[in-house]
Amino acid sequence: MSIADQQPSELERLTKILREAHDVQGVSLWADAWKRLKRNRAAMCSLWILSIIVLLAILTPALPLQSPIYQDVKNRELLPPQWDSFELDISAYDEETRRLEAEALAIKAQDGEQYIKLLALITAREQTHPIKLYWNDPGMIVTAMIELRLALFGDYCIPSIFGTDKLGRDVFSRVFWGSRVSLACGFIATFVSLMIGVSYGAISGYMGGWVDNIMMRTVDVFYSIPFIFIVIFIMSFLSSPGIRESLAEYEIDQIHVFFLLIGAIYWLTMARVVRGQVISLKNEQFIEAARTIGATRMQIVFRHLVPNVMGIVIVYLTLTIPAVIRFEAFLSFLGMGVNAPDISWGLLVNEGVQVITIIKSYWWMIAFSGLALAMTLFALNFLGDGVRDALDPKLKNK
Amino acid sequence: MQVLTFLFKRFGWMIITVWIVFTVSFFLMRQIPGGPLNGERVLSEAVRARLEARYNLDAPISEQYFTHLWNTVRLDFGPSFKMQDFTVNEVLAQGFPVSAALGILGMVFAITIGMTSGVVSAVRRNSVYDYSFMLLATLGIAIPNFVLAAMLIVIFVFNLQMFPAAGWGDISQIILPAFCLGAPFAGYIARLTRTGMLEVLGNDYIRTAYAKGLSPRTVVLKHGLRGALLPVVSYLGPAIAGILTGSLVLERIFVIPGMGSHFIEAAIQRDYTLAMGALLTYTVLLFVMNTLVDLAYSIIDPRVKLE
Repeated sequence: MSIADQQPSELERLTKILREAHDVQGVSLWADAWKRLKRNRAAMCSLWILSIIVLLAILTPALPLQSPIYQDVKNRELLPPQWDSFELDISAYDEETRRLEAEALAIKAQDGEQYIKLLALITAREQTHPIKLYWNDPGMIVTAMIELRLALFGDYCIPSIFGTDKLGRDVFSRVFWGSRVSLACGFIATFVSLMIGVSYGAISGYMGGWVDNIMMRTVDVFYSIPFIFIVIFIMSFLSSPGIRESLAEYEIDQIHVFFLLIGAIYWLTMARVVRGQVISLKNEQFIEAARTIGATRMQIVFRHLVPNVMGIVIVYLTLTIPAVIRFEAFLSFLGMGVNAPDISWGLLVNEGVQVITIIKSYWWMIAFSGLALAMTLFALNFLGDGVRDALDPKLKNK
Repeated sequence: MQVLTFLFKRFGWMIITVWIVFTVSFFLMRQIPGGPLNGERVLSEAVRARLEARYNLDAPISEQYFTHLWNTVRLDFGPSFKMQDFTVNEVLAQGFPVSAALGILGMVFAITIGMTSGVVSAVRRNSVYDYSFMLLATLGIAIPNFVLAAMLIVIFVFNLQMFPAAGWGDISQIILPAFCLGAPFAGYIARLTRTGMLEVLGNDYIRTAYAKGLSPRTVVLKHGLRGALLPVVSYLGPAIAGILTGSLVLERIFVIPGMGSHFIEAAIQRDYTLAMGALLTYTVLLFVMNTLVDLAYSIIDPRVKLE
């Protein structure tokens, strides 16, 4: 006799419980954390601000901004913030090219020699198109975005509401273009530090024994090396003429080396934290289970252990991103980081400090880039605190 | 005895660290095509003669390495590449006291401002003071010190004309840079003090102190603060490292002739011997400071074992 025959009511009760259990949604760590984060008003506000900043940075080429690098020392040197309208001359240039094309078509049949001359002229005009001049020979995606902007807004530009700098360049558009480099540095360098730190810490923690010992002693030694000074030292080598040319031969941009370098020095704390977590996790049953089905060591580390330390890794990421952005600004400010014609916020603040004189302080050159940098870091700090509280309530106020 | 073994061990680690820094920077220096002397800059004959004599450039690289290492061990960093009549030692000896004065004053600012506002925030928890101090602390942490310095120069030097813009030698010239140097750390210290105080103030022995009739001031400052000091002391290590880096940028903004200015100038001008000398000095300095902080920590909290 089966259970069903014996107690039909009991079976009904059990199926009911089972159905109810089906309807209940489990709350994952992430959903729980998101709920907590949403209640934190300062963090959500920061999240909005940061999203807007990132979005604007991505869309910068498509916004109706003036050229960030076009210089006009004679007419526009150090103008204070103003509302006078400013227009590009690109549509006139395109108009002229089109007129030449029409002319070439018209005389194609009669005068072959003149036609070829005109064609050469048109090609030359394509080569020296103002887009290349105004935006420093942009890449494909950026060019497409600039063309979109030209199609949408024509020659219209937002006036120099943040003033202009010593060379007559528009500070407003420079702050926008600078955000791209500063934020990119934040993300790339953080990603590099994440990769190194997590793999290093996970391997060290999982291996244990003498491997762990050596790896962690190495980290201890690295901790007491003043890396900021070493980076400055290395950057001064990278900018020495011989080295710069050989880098260019391999098509390596100094700015990329710079990003990687910053990432490569910010992984130490991450490695320590991940190692600690992995040590506490590696004797859990699910690791035992993975081993019994024949997972290799690397599989266990990267498939089973690493995903489980992501919570604490994200908490440390929120600390790393602002630190990295600040460090980039710091080095660019000293002239050891991003170099012209690239623009970053640190570089802009540096330019602002350099034009301070006894007679006049050109406040707009410092104020806006400094505010953009400070606002981003401020929002990142608040968001970081919020994420930390949300993911690990025990850490609160630490 | 325990302290002696601790110091001895630390000294060993310091030697290893400094040796690594030395080796890395030595080989980086050699990586420059054609060697450091055949760069783009034309060296004056006097400097070239001194450098060639000193670096023994015809010798194989291993011999050069050991010669250079031996000289460095004897604390002789050699002649400066750029400044004809100076050795690196002389330049560093000139810059060090200046940077030390700036750093110490910055640290004093950070500790006094930070701890005062932290204690006030903790005692008047959730009051206007608490919120405004903590907002200021977060601002101080978020704003990079060079942005702060630039803004303060515009406000205090040009608009209010309270301080001179730059230079060194006068008391009024050191206040603004030292404040900018200390501000971010004041923010951190204020937060740490507040958290520490809040934890301590809930303890039984604080209640006992109140119960036996001590004034609130004595309870907070004598019994409470001592317990809240530990996290602050353990933060001093990173803070000192931060002060060292911060002084790089502030010395440049305020045109202060300290070690930081010399180091940056050396890096920009590619004065390798000076940059390397400064780098090694910074490494040793950082190590010594961290050791001192660890010692102080074990004195304040006897439970902490020196390792």
